[in-house]
Amino acid sequence: MDVAQFLHEFWIARGAIWDGFQMTVAISALSIFFGTLLGLFVGLALVYAWLPVRFVVRIYVDFIRGTPVFVLVLASFYILSVIGIQLTAFQAGILAITAFCSTHVGEMVRGALAAIPRGQSEAAMAIGLTFRQTFQSVLMPQALRQILPTWVNAATEMVKASTLLSVIGVAELLLATQQVISRNFLSLEFYFLAGFIYFLIDFSIERLGRFVEKKLAYC
Amino acid sequence: MMSEPLLFIENLHKSFGKLEVLKGVDLTMNASDVVSIIGSSGSGKTTMLRCVNLLEEFHEGRILIDGEEIGYTLKNGKRQRLPKAQIARHRALTGMVFQTFNLFPHLTALKNVTLGLIKVRKMKKDEAAEVARHWLSRVGLLDRQDHYPGQLSGGQQQRVAIARAIAMNPKLMLFDEVTSALDPELVNEVLNVIKDLASDGMTMLIVTHEMRFAFDVSTKVIFMNEGRIGEQGPPAELFNNPKSKRLAEFIQNSTF
Repeated sequence: MDVAQFLHEFWIARGAIWDGFQMTVAISALSIFFGTLLGLFVGLALVYAWLPVRFVVRIYVDFIRGTPVFVLVLASFYILSVIGIQLTAFQAGILAITAFCSTHVGEMVRGALAAIPRGQSEAAMAIGLTFRQTFQSVLMPQALRQILPTWVNAATEMVKASTLLSVIGVAELLLATQQVISRNFLSLEFYFLAGFIYFLIDFSIERLGRFVEKKLAYC
Repeated sequence: MMSEPLLFIENLHKSFGKLEVLKGVDLTMNASDVVSIIGSSGSGKTTMLRCVNLLEEFHEGRILIDGEEIGYTLKNGKRQRLPKAQIARHRALTGMVFQTFNLFPHLTALKNVTLGLIKVRKMKKDEAAEVARHWLSRVGLLDRQDHYPGQLSGGQQQRVAIARAIAMNPKLMLFDEVTSALDPELVNEVLNVIKDLASDGMTMLIVTHEMRFAFDVSTKVIFMNEGRIGEQGPPAELFNNPKSKRLAEFIQNSTF
């Protein structure tokens, strides 16, 4: 490997790589944000909703989770346009990963709520808290702490899933890197660079998660 | 003139599916009474207590606290469970202490006590903290107010749970086998707290397996047997001269 040549090419490609990096961060952040928000509702619906609603949400979760993210990405870009919903590649990609994220978060929330001993809500009700107050002050704070580690893991998965948007033409980090490589043929060096950047993003999320986990820890 | 009984239970029935656990229980308690319920497992002691706190629905009978019927009402001649907000208010009339403590693990001892005061009694934070500190000091745990439940021993947790319940200023305290999950050496610290409250004149309904304690603290002891009240009376009478064979056996097999 010629270091001088790599640095030279990197200098030329720095703008493209930076743009790709920003795009990857944007896709991940938006999908994780909306996916988590939607996922909270999915989880609540799975535990508390009226039975028919729960049934519909259960089908949504099982269907989305049973489908490869890649297929979800292609479907939201190509199939939705057939039925008249025109989304840009960027929007379609966000939609697919958000849906994917929401089902995972939904299952986590459901599991965490189910894992809280019955005595917790009984104790809360015994002092006269309504269901809503019990949920806000007793159940949700415990559930959130419980899901944090798995949520961090899911968030890093969403960053990795964002690479799939390269296939529908979103110039995120992977596609940007491929475009750079097609110009300078330094495939080994630039794929390695891209991999390293993905690692940095995920590593940062993980550190942040650990930090929050420690802050919230109780003995 | 007799004043209104503090707790009045009439013909209480409760089934789990086909299994009838309570087969018509009647009980009257006046203010400052301390009633202990003894009996073997499955006799319906805990279920009865949970009905008084409305943690269980019951199918027949009435429960009145200080003259007010709780949990159910008659509408057009039909018995109906009250709306949730009413149920929550009725639950706050009694303070319940559980076998498994059930403290909120994500809150400090102090916040375990202030939660209900702030949310249900609508106190200001400072006021609630003051009330909570008063009761934590009464159970001897003022110095542990900032500890989380996980940092406390079982006996300490149960004392916090008692403070949490009594700080709400309930008319009646319910204790559900509160020492059963404790190491033997921790039992007394909890029982002493309860005795202390009894001497304050707190009205208490206590399900227990601690016969010595029931003997010492109660104004009346109830022996539950197969979903009914088998026998009741002052502790000395009940323990020393059991009328039924069943109670005599039970007492003989219990440790004091």
